[in-house]
Amino acid sequence: MNTFTNIISTAIDAGAVIVYAGMGELLLERTGVLNLGLEGIIAIAAASAVIAAQWATTPFQALAIAILVGAAMGVLFMLVTVVFRANQVLSGLALFLVGVGMAGHLGGSVTGNPSPVTFEAVPIPLLSEIPHIGPMFFEHDPLVYFGYVALPIIVWFVLNRTRHGVNLRAIGEEPSAGDATGVSVMGIRAFYTVLGGALAGVGGATLSLAFTPGWTPNVVAGRGWIALAVVIFAMWRPWRLVVGATLFGALISVSFIAQDRGWDIPGQVLNMLPYLITLALIVLAVVRNRGTRATVAPAALAVPFFREER
Amino acid sequence: MPADTDSLPPFVTIEGLTKTFDQLVALDSVSMDLAPGEVHALLGENGAGKTTLTNVLAGIYRADSGVVTIGGETVHFRTPADAIHGGVGMVHQHFQLVPTMTVSENLFMGWEQAPRVFSTADLNERSAEIIEEFHLPVDPSARIFELSVGEQQRVEIVRTLARGAKLLILDEPTAVLTHEETEELFTVLRRLADGGRTIIFISHKLKEVLEIADRITVLRAGKYMATIPAQDATVDSLAQLMTGSDVSLDDIEDIGPAEVGEQVLEVRDLHALSSRGLPALRGVDLTVRSGEIVGIAGVSGNGQTELAEIIVGIREGTSGSVRVTASGTTEPPIPGQDGVGHIPEDRMEHALVGEASTTRNAVTRRYLSDDLSSRRWLRWGAIREYAKQVIEDGRVQVREVNAPVAQLSGGNQQRLVATREAKVGDDFLLAVHPTRGLDVQATVEVRQTLQRRRRGGTGVLLISDDLDEVLAMSDRIVVMYDGEILGRSDRANYDRDQIGLLMGGHREAANT
Repeated sequence: MNTFTNIISTAIDAGAVIVYAGMGELLLERTGVLNLGLEGIIAIAAASAVIAAQWATTPFQALAIAILVGAAMGVLFMLVTVVFRANQVLSGLALFLVGVGMAGHLGGSVTGNPSPVTFEAVPIPLLSEIPHIGPMFFEHDPLVYFGYVALPIIVWFVLNRTRHGVNLRAIGEEPSAGDATGVSVMGIRAFYTVLGGALAGVGGATLSLAFTPGWTPNVVAGRGWIALAVVIFAMWRPWRLVVGATLFGALISVSFIAQDRGWDIPGQVLNMLPYLITLALIVLAVVRNRGTRATVAPAALAVPFFREER
Repeated sequence: MPADTDSLPPFVTIEGLTKTFDQLVALDSVSMDLAPGEVHALLGENGAGKTTLTNVLAGIYRADSGVVTIGGETVHFRTPADAIHGGVGMVHQHFQLVPTMTVSENLFMGWEQAPRVFSTADLNERSAEIIEEFHLPVDPSARIFELSVGEQQRVEIVRTLARGAKLLILDEPTAVLTHEETEELFTVLRRLADGGRTIIFISHKLKEVLEIADRITVLRAGKYMATIPAQDATVDSLAQLMTGSDVSLDDIEDIGPAEVGEQVLEVRDLHALSSRGLPALRGVDLTVRSGEIVGIAGVSGNGQTELAEIIVGIREGTSGSVRVTASGTTEPPIPGQDGVGHIPEDRMEHALVGEASTTRNAVTRRYLSDDLSSRRWLRWGAIREYAKQVIEDGRVQVREVNAPVAQLSGGNQQRLVATREAKVGDDFLLAVHPTRGLDVQATVEVRQTLQRRRRGGTGVLLISDDLDEVLAMSDRIVVMYDGEILGRSDRANYDRDQIGLLMGGHREAANT
């Protein structure tokens, strides 16, 4: 494998966490709820996956635990923000702190050990034998295939081709209009808060069962925040999210390979690069789309819904 | 109970309906009935209970007590969805549409008969069929924000009809429409009523009510007053029922000669683009002197909004000049200058902070002046006193001055803004649609406020699409059409027909 194919292949693996956590957040934000706690959910799910891996016989069992833990965090956030209508920004920050703190505590016993079960790359017959292209795109673990291909198709289809998708988008823009026409604002928001938690849980599992198998306290390294940024970069559209996730993965991948091969660039600069460039891309995306109405954030994002308010 | 003019049994009966909010009795044991196939107007001042009554019918509020029957069956709607199932559809004053989504998507939103899975073309085709069925043309693939207000309203009406509404409620449907759009709406409503649907039409505008309604029910302060067949009613008799007094819009028509002084507004050859980038103003010349009211007549959307925004400094023109001469003004104008009052077209967008209290909103133009603060520290005692004065002068009905101003009814918000701005507009006052959506009482009061300012030597520029208002109030009238001034007239020479023609763009009328 040459350096370029290596960078792309690693980029796709590194971006998987962003695809999953970001896709859940994208759906949730389209319903008008903002969950800033992704980083905490990813962390606690990643730690739970490694703990479950100690007795699990297949990586799918550990994945199931990560999903359950993520969903449970989603339920918590749902109760606070959708049912009790608390401030979503503050609740999200609290969820982040709780998640990261609990992950460090839970993961104590398994810190630093490689995970006993992991997701391995499954080369796709024939396609993976194409020179260069094969190793880049067709030698990944099942979570990557699902996240990069099936997930965006499903999300795109639900958003744009179903009655449910129309209702979902409507309540993210004008919840009172949805309510007046018979859409269950609370029901849909509650469902996607929990689903967003579950998908962030999958994201955590891609880190600790596939990309860097095992648990260390800093394994998440701000990727939950990056996922939130990539949702904005993607202008709340699923395919742009996949592009954004790959782009971010490529930045991580370059810094990995540069350190691996001893390129003459300071490590701090390389580590900083993904975050700096994400910041630059966000500013670019926002500036370029300023004033165009169809591409801005859902109008009711982070606004709790009360029916009898005038 | 009023006697039913038809021999048919009533389609809807309401008996003893009561609804209270905290201490306020919004509906006090109201009873009335609606005949099948009639247009029934619900008339009353702001806060009379019209919207509360219809919100109960539409499942948005639940009544404390009382019985509603539809088609002979007692109904208890708990949610808007219940009401839709029960054949009740409501077109709200604030449209319940998603601006960024298409007409089709808005039609099918929340509707369980919509297909679960569809393509965009499929959905547009189904929408086109529905739109065709009700003869209310609108492009199904257009996004709501691209439509005119009248078209948006059509989408709402089609949506309620498509869901099988037998009782259609329209909450002040004409408040936002142009004259032509109103006429179109009336044609539609008449056709629907002839087709057997029952229509509740809420309005403040007495002339309109007389034009469209079969019967008129008047509410006052939450109580049922009377139901009158439209042919037996007059503007005066209705106004008296609504207000309980003899207030009439004619009371202020004799305004006396103007004592004009110095020029306070000078607009020279002003050109500007609209937000969409199209030419909105094409060389407007205009002056206002102190002590006079200059009225701009014209159908909405002919450049009035852009002109007003440039005058107060929240928009820039492409060429030409605007000079406002007041105690603390600059050129070009900047927003919020001393001595300049501005009653804007969209009060929630440009005049009020919805979440802030009534008190705070009452002082937003003045809180840094010496009497209300010292060295930028707010003097709360003085601020409360000033706010109380604004509320009293404007007769704003406020239950709690510390509650968010968004909780006030639209009419009370408008009174607050009009009074606040008139207080600061010592030299120049710009009033844009100042009485739109107000009831008779509030309209008279806001107009009196403007007249008081005129007598006190303020120059007033009044922009309104209500020609009666412009005629009643102005010393001079200019007619705007398509970004130009087509005609000018002094009070002595008003010719209603000629002005109407000019508003419609008939240039040649200016020469006759």
